[in-house]
Amino acid sequence: MAEPILTVKNLSKSYGEQQVLHDINFSLQKGEVMTMLGPSGIGKSTLLRCLNGLEDFQTGELVFEGQTVKADNANWQQLRQKIGMVFQSYDLFPNMTVLQNITLAPVKVQKKSKAEAEQAARQLLKRVQLSDYANSYPRELSGGQKQRIAIARALAMHPDLMLFDEVTASLDPEMVRSVLDLIKELSEQDNMTMIIVTHEMNFARQIADQVLFLDQGTILEQTAGKDFFTNPQTQRAKDFLASMDF
Amino acid sequence: MEHSGISVLFQGRNFVRLLGGLWTSVWIAALALVFGLLLGALIGLLRTSKSKLLRAIFRIYLEFFRIVPTVVLLFLFYYILPRQVGINWPGSVMATIAFALWVSAEFSDIVRGALISVPKVQQESGLALGLSKWQLFIYVLLPQAFQLELPATINLATRVIKTTSLLMMISVMDLINVGQQIIEANNQSHPTAVFWIYGLIFLLYFIVDYPLSLWSKKVARRNQN
Amino acid sequence: MDWQIIQQSLPQFAQGFRETLWLSLVGILGAMVVGLCCSLIQYFKVPVARQLVSVYVELFRNTPLLIQLFFLYYAFPVMGLKMSAVTCGIIGLIFLGGAYMAEGFTGGFDGVSKTQVDSGRALGMSNWQLARYIVFPQGFSLSVPSLAANIIFLIKETSIFSVIAIPELTNTALDLIGLYYRSNEYLFVLVIAYAIILIPLSLLLTWLEKRVRYGTFGD
Ligand SMILES: Nc1ncnc2c1ncn2[C@@H]1O[C@H](COP(=O)(O)OP(=O)(O)OP(=O)(O)O)[C@@H](O)[C@H]1O
Ligand SMILES: [Mg+2]
Repeated sequence: MAEPILTVKNLSKSYGEQQVLHDINFSLQKGEVMTMLGPSGIGKSTLLRCLNGLEDFQTGELVFEGQTVKADNANWQQLRQKIGMVFQSYDLFPNMTVLQNITLAPVKVQKKSKAEAEQAARQLLKRVQLSDYANSYPRELSGGQKQRIAIARALAMHPDLMLFDEVTASLDPEMVRSVLDLIKELSEQDNMTMIIVTHEMNFARQIADQVLFLDQGTILEQTAGKDFFTNPQTQRAKDFLASMDF
Repeated sequence: MEHSGISVLFQGRNFVRLLGGLWTSVWIAALALVFGLLLGALIGLLRTSKSKLLRAIFRIYLEFFRIVPTVVLLFLFYYILPRQVGINWPGSVMATIAFALWVSAEFSDIVRGALISVPKVQQESGLALGLSKWQLFIYVLLPQAFQLELPATINLATRVIKTTSLLMMISVMDLINVGQQIIEANNQSHPTAVFWIYGLIFLLYFIVDYPLSLWSKKVARRNQN
Repeated sequence: MDWQIIQQSLPQFAQGFRETLWLSLVGILGAMVVGLCCSLIQYFKVPVARQLVSVYVELFRNTPLLIQLFFLYYAFPVMGLKMSAVTCGIIGLIFLGGAYMAEGFTGGFDGVSKTQVDSGRALGMSNWQLARYIVFPQGFSLSVPSLAANIIFLIKETSIFSVIAIPELTNTALDLIGLYYRSNEYLFVLVIAYAIILIPLSLLLTWLEKRVRYGTFGD
């Protein structure tokens, strides 16, 4: 098997006294999609945020594209250009147009020319089917549209790994589809490596190459393929799946 | 400088006199706050009433106090009330009234802001539980509004205390006036006394106001979470 | 109320009006600059300077302008630093206002939501880029209401300049009252004069607050 794109080794994290992640270990191959499931408040977001240094962690390390990363000695700014992240609350920059949102980081961080960045951005807009909104402000978009722009904004950096944290959780049901379809397309057409935290079980089942089930900050189950959904091993996982009712 | 000015602070009864002046200032501020907050709460409530006229009147009342600098306000009370209305109370009383009205105007806006910002759902869920309008006000709106607007109210108090520095302008024997008297009495023998006296007064104001500011910030931070 | 008295006093009040205006203008601009510098120092957590700034802000926010002016005008000369009343007034107003403006700017920067900063960070932006493209633009518009309140406040504070005999509006009125004992008339003109400055200005600032807020956040 090829070298994994990301390996997480013995990662632990505390907020002050309270330990929220206990000895997390997993690895991810290029092009693989991992869904991270688990009850609310058990540390999924925290884990995701540790992977691109938005949270620091006390022990353990990551190996990303062959490069060993510890919390304190990492050049996170460099790494984040290769690791895109999309949040539940979209967080488009309200004072910029859609196009400016997408081109900001390529121009300022990667020092691309404005023309080049804009051309790439228009390409991405076409891809997320929002070409008409290049010059709109985020306030003029619906939630689902904003979230697709947020994804486009992350893609503009040409990341090798994408992190999605409950990106459909604050969307109206009819908006959810368009966003999930886009993510699916990223996997199928672009072979994008992704880690997805979601409560959309049907979607998770369709897209997952690997499932991580977390509880109380530890990995309870780590399952290749879709077995997790048909054949959960632990009682906690069974209860969880039953409660999701899908 | 054979006589260091700092000794003036502790000469005779000087220090006690200064503290006495501070007491006058704090006392006036406290009275003005008590009356002002009570009146302001009432006006604030009235400003949420349905009567357009009532709302307009108190809006103008507020804007008047917003526009007129406090110094000018003090002079209005000091010069005009005695002559026009024929009351001739001491400056300290006039000042207390002027400050209290000013506080009531500012506080009415705080109260109004708090009342209209308590979410409508809260009001409706209260009514749905069978609370009367009055009970709703006392048990639901007021506590929430209080918590919400406590920082602004504390800030108002610190402003009132700072504003008592203006009392000397209408010859109330406040902290600064006492300080000036001491400075004048010692100007010949201790020319640097002015530095120490004003320095001390500066510090005294800070000692009174700073804890209040800290408190207000603390409450504001707690409100955010 | 004697209209003739009012009319005769108008030239003097016009003089005071101009004085109040230019003192306010200089004070406000200076305070903005001082306040912005202080809040930048706090934002970037510059060591030492940051502690000094917070001491300065707390000292000036928690003491009255009047005593600050007395200190500058009466106490500094005995330490060998003599300044004209107008200089003292301007310095006092700038430093008082600087402390308030610093709080205003800092409040705005702090008000920028953490998730906005996170998403900038997730795009690989440096601290400086985050400040330049996310925190400052959004923070400025969040601080506009408090800056506007400070502007009004500082203009009103110029009335305290009368205690060191700077011939601004309030001082003009007090002088006239002392000379001619016509308090009704002169105080009336005084209140009107402040209204002429402050009513249009506060309308303008309210309008600006809405514009800026909409321009930045769309609501
Ligand atoms: N900044 C913080 N300081 C202290 N504790 C925190 C902080 N952020 C999160 N936590 C705690 O860490 C734990 C994990 O939170 P996290 O947000 O990662 O959960 P989650 O699995 O993403 O939940 P959800 O599904 O609700 O998003 C929670 O108990 C939370 O209270
Ligand atoms: Mg989460």
